[in-house]
Amino acid sequence: MVGASSGAGLGGLLENANPLIYQRSGERPITAGEEDDQVPDSIDDREIFDLIRSINDPEHPLTLEELNVVEQVRVKVNDKESTVAVEFTPTIPHCSMATLIGLSIKVKLIRSLPERFKMDVHITPGTHASEHAVNKQLADKERVAAALENSHLLEVVNQCLSARS
Amino acid sequence: MAAAAEEALAPAGALGGLVRDFVAGHQDGPAAEVAADVKSGRCTVLQVVEALGSCLENPEPRTRGRGIQLLSQVLLQCHPLLLEKEVVHLTLFYENQLKDHHLVIPSVLQGLRALSMSDVLPPGLAVSVLKAIFQEVHVQVMDGEKDPRNLLVAFRIVYDLISKDYSLGPFVEELFEVTSCYFPVDFTPPPNDPHGIQREDLILSLRAVLASTPRFAEFLLPLLLEKVDSEMLSAKLDSLQTLNACCAVYGQKELKDYLPSLWTSIRREVFQTSSERVEAEGLAALHSLSACLSRSVLEADAEDLLDSFLSSILEDCRHHLCEPDMKLVWPSAKLLQAAAGASARACDRVTSTVIPLLLEQFNRHSQSSQRRTILEMLLGFLKLQQKWGNEDKDEIPLSSFKTPLCSLVSLALADPSTQLQLVGIRALTVLGAQPGLLSTQDLELAIDHLYRLSFLEEESQSCLAAMEASGTLATLYPTVFISHLVPRLAEELHTGDTELASGEGPSYQARRLRCLQALSAVSTHASIVRETLPMLLQYLRHVHRGKNANSNEVIAVCRSLHLVAGQCQQEPESCWYFHQTAVPCLLALAVQASMPDKDLPNPGKLLLEEEVLAAMVSVISTASTHLSPELAAQSVALVVPLFLDGDVSFLSENSFPSKFLPFQNSSSEQKRLVALLMAFVCSLPKNVEIPQLDRLMQELLTLSCHHDRLFSCTAAAKCFAGLLNKHPAGQQLDEFLQKAMEKVETGLSPGPYRSQAFTLLLWVTKALVLRYHPLSSCLTERLMGLLSDAELGPAAADGFSLLMADCPDVLHRAGHAEIRIMFRQRFFTDSVPALVQGFHAAPQNVKPNYLKGLSHVLNSLPKPVLLPELPTLLSLLLEALSCTDSVVQLSTLSCLQPLLLDAPQVMSLHIDTLVTKFLNLSCSPSMAVRIAALQCIHALTRLPTPVLLPYKMQVIRALAKPLDDKKRLVRREAVTARGA
Repeated sequence: MVGASSGAGLGGLLENANPLIYQRSGERPITAGEEDDQVPDSIDDREIFDLIRSINDPEHPLTLEELNVVEQVRVKVNDKESTVAVEFTPTIPHCSMATLIGLSIKVKLIRSLPERFKMDVHITPGTHASEHAVNKQLADKERVAAALENSHLLEVVNQCLSARS
Repeated sequence: MAAAAEEALAPAGALGGLVRDFVAGHQDGPAAEVAADVKSGRCTVLQVVEALGSCLENPEPRTRGRGIQLLSQVLLQCHPLLLEKEVVHLTLFYENQLKDHHLVIPSVLQGLRALSMSDVLPPGLAVSVLKAIFQEVHVQVMDGEKDPRNLLVAFRIVYDLISKDYSLGPFVEELFEVTSCYFPVDFTPPPNDPHGIQREDLILSLRAVLASTPRFAEFLLPLLLEKVDSEMLSAKLDSLQTLNACCAVYGQKELKDYLPSLWTSIRREVFQTSSERVEAEGLAALHSLSACLSRSVLEADAEDLLDSFLSSILEDCRHHLCEPDMKLVWPSAKLLQAAAGASARACDRVTSTVIPLLLEQFNRHSQSSQRRTILEMLLGFLKLQQKWGNEDKDEIPLSSFKTPLCSLVSLALADPSTQLQLVGIRALTVLGAQPGLLSTQDLELAIDHLYRLSFLEEESQSCLAAMEASGTLATLYPTVFISHLVPRLAEELHTGDTELASGEGPSYQARRLRCLQALSAVSTHASIVRETLPMLLQYLRHVHRGKNANSNEVIAVCRSLHLVAGQCQQEPESCWYFHQTAVPCLLALAVQASMPDKDLPNPGKLLLEEEVLAAMVSVISTASTHLSPELAAQSVALVVPLFLDGDVSFLSENSFPSKFLPFQNSSSEQKRLVALLMAFVCSLPKNVEIPQLDRLMQELLTLSCHHDRLFSCTAAAKCFAGLLNKHPAGQQLDEFLQKAMEKVETGLSPGPYRSQAFTLLLWVTKALVLRYHPLSSCLTERLMGLLSDAELGPAAADGFSLLMADCPDVLHRAGHAEIRIMFRQRFFTDSVPALVQGFHAAPQNVKPNYLKGLSHVLNSLPKPVLLPELPTLLSLLLEALSCTDSVVQLSTLSCLQPLLLDAPQVMSLHIDTLVTKFLNLSCSPSMAVRIAALQCIHALTRLPTPVLLPYKMQVIRALAKPLDDKKRLVRREAVTARGA
């Protein structure tokens, strides 16, 4: 399951050129209940995880799931209270892409969840050198909004969110 | 000779001058003069050659070329004068000159052409000339060629040269060099390449050349090794595939020196693989190597290369199988299996070492997951043994490991882990398939396990696997199953029943259902069916009379009977046995239930419920489709009189309180059984003649439009249609049709039987549409006319779905109905214009019926067939979006979605309507409609951006709502649409 990366042919500029790759979870199987028109399906952890697991890493041709940046156990959702909390784990403690990854997760959730939800995206405690600063940036609504006004940044985020062919 | 030379001394001086002029200058005049001299006899060809003398050996190729050119031109004119001896000498000379510089070659070829025209050219020499030309000229021409078209031709020629066995002599290496320089092919066709040559074409044609002869081996194998070791994925793949191809023609001799390096490279690729394709190709190459070594004939004193090759593989892999962390077990097992799969000898060699090793490992590990991995590997080797096992050996393969293998499988089957159980079941099946391996005791033990697993509380996976394995093993060992499993299942059926009486409910019922499943699963051998079928029928008799009988249980018995009937179909004897036993019994039970018997408790009527009858229909139908015509005729001669005349003599229990006459003035219960008649007569092969057909058809027609219970009428109409469909064209068929149409028309006129008449019309239409009967279009028109009928309109619209769908019980292929493959497409082309026209002409209130009818037709066809037609239907489809019927909405959306993807320009014109309608439908009460609408919104993003921009914000805002849909599948589509 865990093997050395062979996709490190991107040159020596990467911060973590040879990350561990994790297996992708398959498509969620469709249950009979989901096909029944009458039964309501609540929004659960797996559904949120499915939204963010295929986000592309900014520097590897891999998804956040494959790099273990996001895991289903680190997603907590409460449909009734309309809250979502996502913890993500940068591959190395000095990863400069942490803010960008957090921003991508946040944007994906904003676009994909009903407006009633309050979202909290933060770094898994103890996994990043400037954890506190990154969390603060991600929690600041105005800074997130301002970041998304920046067309260059928005393009990078959209690239992370685009579906892989 | 000397005398002749002296005589010609004088002209020789002039000749020398002419030759010098020609060779030095650029004028060709002197050549003609020399030729004229030779012709007129003033000098001989030999003199010309002598005069040329030194310039043919000149170091300057241009000078040599001129010299040859002169000689060739002379020969072209004078070849009739040549003597055989001269021709031979000249030919050999020219052949030799083919090796010369490329500037010289054209003249050499001219000369050879002249010589070939000579009448005295010995035939053997011609062949030698041709060989020389190909060897020399072809090789030079190919050198440095880059155009893929020429390369394809060149590779083809070289391949032909080699495969037609031209002797390549000393040119093997040269030919190899000019072709192998293209390996591995690195070619990307230019965009819009008009020649359409793909990389793959070049790869394959080059591979055909390289792998065409063992004589390339000494050059090719080092090259392949080098390329496998390279970093490039495509080079690795190509090399491994080429190696694989080479093994087809190579032998021990060619491979011998390279085996260690080849093994090292393949092992590395499989152990450290980064790509599944490389791994697969590596394994395939190893398989071929092993096969190649197995094939080669050994010389008496030579070393057995296969043995040493396999030894080195075993040496490198065995310790990985024993590592406690089990990191490389799978790659090692795959390598060993690839090598072992090549031949019986390889298989023996590998398995005799590996199986004991794996047995030991299994016992060393205690965790279920590790044991499962080991057993799975073991299973792979067992399957290989099975593949090679039967080749003339004195000893039963695997017999030396039988005891430990059996106890290991037992452990796996007894393990609580489902995964381990499943592998254990597979291993048991493989062991069982080895003839003579398992003893009766082994099998009885195995049956104990399978029996226990079949009745496990929850795990349906192991349960199903155990039943399937019972079925597979039962075909091989019917007697053991009859003596050891069937009686226990019989007992199980009855103990459950007594317990139920004492009040312990649902778990026993579940156990009985499991038991019924197990009985049908194990009925895979004729002799077992003879045991189980009477049990099932007996149980059915027992159940439907019981106090607490419910229809589910009766249906479950019927389902088991249906499965058994299916398993009997292939064997004529079992098929007849089943038919002969089950059909009279089922009919007897049903007839009994239809009797007006006041004493019979209510559950006796269970058998007349629609669902139960449907289950019985499928049993009778499956039991009748595979009868031979003679036996079918025998059976039909009994069943038809039963229904027409109440002749019950052949039924198993035939003392009934009153007559069974379903077509006469009988109770509605009796009439329901026409469904069973249909199941039988409509499943028979086409050439079986049905007695009293005229009368039967008449009765069916009468019943179809007479009775007030729709079930019996429909059954009669279906039966009529089923017989009509198979009836050969001719006067009788026309009569049936005419009577049917009269019946339909009378029934459709205002009165109590309109819906029955409509049902009859529908089924008759279907019967004719399926067989392309000329009258079908007329009937379809009649049906379309009913779309505007206030009362029958909606039913007529739904009727189109019945026309297009496959029926489970009648007019289906299994029942030998006459069905043309393209009937749906044909119906579409024939009926859609009329439907569209009818739609436009129809009053507003019935328009939806037309849309729905059209929707059913559209839904039944594969989208690629529809695509070319859809643009003409566009306006109709847009209108259909406003229809309130969810069937129409769904089919419309599913038609529009591919159109959006394929014809964005046309669709752009309607963007406003589309956006509004799609957004409305994304809030429909039907989940399927919501999903389809969101998929269409997603497809809208394919339209040109300027068209979309004005709607962007509106759509994004509107999509916020479906993001909070109560259904997850809808939310998923909304996310995709909004994120696009």
